[in-house]
Amino acid sequence: MGQVGQFALALAFVVTIYSIASSLLGIRLRNDKLIASGRNAAVCVFALITTAIGTLAYLFLTSDFAYSYIAEHSNRDLPNYFKISSIWGGQEGSLLFWGWLLTIYTALVVIQNRKKHTAMMPYVTSVLMGTSLFFTSMHLFVANPFKLNAAAVGTQVMGVFSPADGQGLNPLLQDPMMVIHPPMLYLGFVGLVVPFAFAMAALITRQLGDTWIRTTRRWTMAAWGILGTGILLGGFWAYHTLGWGGYWAWDPVENASLMPWLIGTAFLHSVMVQEKKGMLKVWNIVLVIMAYIMAVFGTFLTRSGVVNSVHAFAKSPIGGYFLAFIVMALSASFYLLIDRLPYLKNEDQMGSVVSRESSFLFNNLILLVACFSVLLGTMLPSLSDWITGNKITVSKPFFDAVDVPIAIFLLFLTGVGPLLAWRKASTNSLKRNFMIPIAVACATGGVLLIMGVRHFYAWSALVMSAFVGTSIIREFYKGARARATGTGENFFESVVNLTLRNTRRYGGYIAHFGFVLLFIGWSGQAFTSDSEFEAGIGDTFQIHNFTLRVDGFEPVSGQNYTGDRVVVGLYKGGAKVANMFPGRRNYKGTGEQQATSEIAIRETLLEDVYLVFQGGVDDAGKRGAFHVYINPLVAWVWIGGVVLGLGTIIALLPNKKAAPSRRKKEHGAEAIQEGTTVA
Amino acid sequence: MKPKQLKFLVGSVLIVLVLIYLGYAGFKSSMSYNQTVSEMLASKDAAFNRHIELEGDVVPGTIKRDGKIVIFDVNDKKDKQKIVTIRYEGKDPLPDTFRDNATAMAKGKLERSGVFVATSMTAKCASKYEKEKAAGVVVDKADLN
Repeated sequence: MGQVGQFALALAFVVTIYSIASSLLGIRLRNDKLIASGRNAAVCVFALITTAIGTLAYLFLTSDFAYSYIAEHSNRDLPNYFKISSIWGGQEGSLLFWGWLLTIYTALVVIQNRKKHTAMMPYVTSVLMGTSLFFTSMHLFVANPFKLNAAAVGTQVMGVFSPADGQGLNPLLQDPMMVIHPPMLYLGFVGLVVPFAFAMAALITRQLGDTWIRTTRRWTMAAWGILGTGILLGGFWAYHTLGWGGYWAWDPVENASLMPWLIGTAFLHSVMVQEKKGMLKVWNIVLVIMAYIMAVFGTFLTRSGVVNSVHAFAKSPIGGYFLAFIVMALSASFYLLIDRLPYLKNEDQMGSVVSRESSFLFNNLILLVACFSVLLGTMLPSLSDWITGNKITVSKPFFDAVDVPIAIFLLFLTGVGPLLAWRKASTNSLKRNFMIPIAVACATGGVLLIMGVRHFYAWSALVMSAFVGTSIIREFYKGARARATGTGENFFESVVNLTLRNTRRYGGYIAHFGFVLLFIGWSGQAFTSDSEFEAGIGDTFQIHNFTLRVDGFEPVSGQNYTGDRVVVGLYKGGAKVANMFPGRRNYKGTGEQQATSEIAIRETLLEDVYLVFQGGVDDAGKRGAFHVYINPLVAWVWIGGVVLGLGTIIALLPNKKAAPSRRKKEHGAEAIQEGTTVA
Repeated sequence: MKPKQLKFLVGSVLIVLVLIYLGYAGFKSSMSYNQTVSEMLASKDAAFNRHIELEGDVVPGTIKRDGKIVIFDVNDKKDKQKIVTIRYEGKDPLPDTFRDNATAMAKGKLERSGVFVATSMTAKCASKYEKEKAAGVVVDKADLN
């Protein structure tokens, strides 16, 4: 069965080359048939890679352990949905998955734009297919998921052997969240290839107006939103599975996903300056190139084993190829950019320091510094080893020292920027817009001081959250009130209609509000406390204003694991508020019997009680060791993430039109509207 | 240069300088040398004055627990004769992956006595590749008949 996948890959390799050749030749010879053929070939590649990944899924579902990738990443006892998620559980499969997503995006892009941008599209197809070609060659020649188990070294048997059972999926990855987190991250990474392809096509064809930006705006925002969701899901998984009480550790692989996200954030904001003022054209192309490179680089970091990480895969030969590809893509795109500089002149001048465009400029500056600091911290071991021969590493304090102030400054800009006028904000408008938010911020700061908050960054983040939150609510209130008076709608209808009629602006505000909530959640980190204790049945332990009481130990088992769990009663003020069930499990097929913790968390909006059972401390199994954390405000991180996602989705919606009779003109109207929206 | 541009330039430079300073302070407080057992032993006296992230494989059967303190030996991946004793005094419990043969990454300092005192630890199971080879041979023999 694997031959089907192998054959599909080989065919995809050929068709990809054909697609590029046909597209480029089509332009040269001005032959529309060739161009159309190149486009169809791109769709065909999608069908072929789909066949390949479908084959891999089939092999997993039928537990065909003759294939080494299946044998290493699955076993018979694994539930079906985990068998499917095992596709991206290892290097070969996850690369195939990356390549597959790219072909999906490519097919969508070429079909969506088959009648538009006729000069640019053949180049867009070529750039997308060029990236695809790199991945298809990796699948075929370097990291082939359809490799058969060769006879083990040292035996006389030639040919193939099929182990009785596979080695299983890492138990930590046997979590519903892990079925969805990697695909989301990958969808985000790969989505950043689309704006890159359009930017390159714009450079090549010298069509450097706003067309490429308008065409890719939704793609970029969707990719950015999905990537952010993927990152948060990863944090959510870590928090609920790993048992160290947190959700972000500045691990190289986390950093790898954060870097393209930071660049994407900068890009989403700076394109507005180009649309509105015709400025920062070069800069926007640089950002798109960097986002693309960071996405590929992130994949390289995760998959090559160059950095030490809990995530990273074993050292492998793919690193060199990735590096070569990155260098090639970087030099080609920057060569093009430099060659086309004369076509990228600014159409306007920078406004005053207190203006909308300047807030965008500072936003971009510090997002870039943030990305650079993350890159430096992540690559420092490799760089210092290369330069001095000593591997120097940095950890959380370094990243926190740079990126926490940056984050708070960004939050400040989030509140200020959207309220500043383009060119120059007048003193009067400043007073009018900022009086109430500043008053609320000051009040919050005072209350926090009285409450005993002395942690400077946490205090600043909360004060800034109050400032930004108020200014956003005020914007909605102001707009809705004006609309309500004009249309006679009630206030809430006005809020909804206001948002739907200018989705980009108000969706943006909602996304910003999501950030405010995220900051509230993050600031909770300054107030965590934790403690370890040992307890038997009936013993109690006090932490903060909670009492924990161990009520019993009981065995548990599931389809692919056995283990123990503890029943712990959680009391607050003498009353029982919850039963918690922390446990430990041994998963089948994991080679050596390795126990993993099942964490119990009681989550409320105010604080989480996070309980880890570390195992029995006596042979009778009547006494256990525990680690308990009190984590304030964590729930707001997840809530903020949801609000951020919601805002992004709203910003992606087309604006609702005033009256149905104008529907015919929708296309033209939308283009005009998009060019003139404020946010 | 126009005054407006100058303002932007000064503002940007100030921001970047502050961040560089913060980064440098953060770097100084958290930098450590990532070394294998052999590398640390080879660096002689210099090893006593640095924060080190020591990488080594846990020697089977050497793990001893004394309350929260865990004492064990690690050897170099390539040179099994090079051994260092680690005394873990960290606040956090050791990870699930910490056991015989696991690759330990211990952060801390080498004391004059030759014992490495660690305050934080991560552990990885032996790399996939090695595990695969070991498992492969066993499975193969079982499968031949």
